[in-house]
Amino acid sequence: MRPTDLTLAEGLRALDQREISAVELTGAYLKAIEALNPRLNAYITVAGDAAMAQAHASDARRTKGEAGALEGIPLGIKDLFATEGLRTTAASKILGEFVPPYESTVSGNLKRDGAVFLGKLNLDEFAMGSSNTTSAFGPVENPWSRANDPQKRLVPGGSSGGSAAAVAARLAMGATATDTGGSIRQPAAFCGIAGIKPTYGRCSRWGIVAFASSLDQAGPVARSVEDCAILLRSMAGHDPKDSTSANIAVPDFAAACTRSVKGLRIGVPAEYTLPGLAPEIEALWQQGLDWLKQQGAEIIPISLPHTKYALPTYYVVAPAEASSNLARYDGVRYGLRVTERDSDLRDLYERTRAAGFGAEVKRRIMIGTYVLSAGYYDAYYLKAQKVRALIARDFTQAWEKVDAIVTPATPSAAFPMDEKQDDPVTMYLNDVFTVTANLAGLPGLAVPAGLDGQGLPLGLQVIGRPFDEETVFAVGAAIERAANFTAKPQVMA
Amino acid sequence: MSLDAAAVRRVANLARLRLDDADVEKLQAEINGILGWIEQLQAVDTEGVEPMAGGSPNPVALPWREDAVTDGGQADAVLRNAPDREGEYFGVPKVVE
Repeated sequence: MRPTDLTLAEGLRALDQREISAVELTGAYLKAIEALNPRLNAYITVAGDAAMAQAHASDARRTKGEAGALEGIPLGIKDLFATEGLRTTAASKILGEFVPPYESTVSGNLKRDGAVFLGKLNLDEFAMGSSNTTSAFGPVENPWSRANDPQKRLVPGGSSGGSAAAVAARLAMGATATDTGGSIRQPAAFCGIAGIKPTYGRCSRWGIVAFASSLDQAGPVARSVEDCAILLRSMAGHDPKDSTSANIAVPDFAAACTRSVKGLRIGVPAEYTLPGLAPEIEALWQQGLDWLKQQGAEIIPISLPHTKYALPTYYVVAPAEASSNLARYDGVRYGLRVTERDSDLRDLYERTRAAGFGAEVKRRIMIGTYVLSAGYYDAYYLKAQKVRALIARDFTQAWEKVDAIVTPATPSAAFPMDEKQDDPVTMYLNDVFTVTANLAGLPGLAVPAGLDGQGLPLGLQVIGRPFDEETVFAVGAAIERAANFTAKPQVMA
Repeated sequence: MSLDAAAVRRVANLARLRLDDADVEKLQAEINGILGWIEQLQAVDTEGVEPMAGGSPNPVALPWREDAVTDGGQADAVLRNAPDREGEYFGVPKVVE
């Protein structure tokens, strides 16, 4: 077995038993990146020398008996997490040369536990997108392709497209990601890997480039549910530097993966059966429920009546918060500056922002500025916050009847890079199954569960109660065991 | 609700985004498409509903901390990425005559 074939859990065991060193493991991954990144474009920045230095230090710690929970594990970091001394771009021209003098709490937690950082992973610009085609550093290619048209390049999903593609193609053992409307779960499903957006407040947002602060949450993507559980335990935890970070103990998520689902009540929301849902996705969903039933779970139909308003609500709330968060990119304190000789300050702001932001970011800043502007605030923004409260209440009522909810992760498999990109509203529909969990602040896990007729991966989603990631992991792992998903992408180290 | 070109320019002005004429036309069509779609929210009965402002499903879990200085004296780190600086200040075009 090649080192890059190991799961994270297997990697930890191999390192523990001295079957491999962190230096060898990191070297294998850097070689894989060198070979495949020119094609996949999953990494914006590869930190080869720094990674090897970290690997040497890791091996030394292990020899001294000071191994951390992720000692020697090579990870990729989404380029939205500030990493001290390592370029952090948010896939935008406006932050193209930004080198943070500080470390995000989540990446710092991973370093504390001994992880090795291979580099910074590509994403949609400021995490705005569902296809990783809005990056100022170019699109990421999905390592999977259609059986009947292997030449056609597919999107990896977004915004954590670089994270998902890198993990699927074995260019990282696991990766950090962020999810504002589905940006962990949708690319994980498109790339045939697992990914969890934990409860809002489970992971600190400090040092993560902000998109929509009341929705953003960090989480891991990895090749198995257990690997996600191991990573999340290191990433999570209270952080006094983030006032929305929850002061709640972090349980042993990996232990929860072995829990039985016997007696659990699994909710199936009627509103998630959308008109035009691909029959393959519907069949897979039913299959997933059957697997859970066979393992002793009880399947219960439920109703989440405000589901159909989730996406329009999201596309008011998220741009509103984005327009406010992105006001800081003004060409004064950091990042790009565009100015003419003898121009004034306002001219500097306007030119800098026009040159620094891409089309999707500008579109969302414009929508957000409009819905927050005098005269429209009540009609759009306040209204959306009230509908958001109703969407959250739907879930609160559902938790009286069920312990977890299972839905499809995406409305389709990965699509070609040259399709669906013209109409923003059509593109936004990619998030239709995932966005409710962000609006309600709930944990959601995507797990690969099958292939479509073209041989592309499809995922199921498990949504859980606030701070009950343990049940989510138990249900996700039960689906994973039953699905026994062993298919591999065509492009792989 | 539908935005004309002047309204698009007004919003761009508020957002400090310079737009050329081609941008205005393209954005006008896209924004109106999105706003038309968002319009469906008006159909929801939200009488007496408290708006959900934060993201937490469990706000009691979020602690307060003391309002105290925890950091400081890092001018060089703060200014390290500045496109222009003068001493311990950010450099900008002349603002006051």
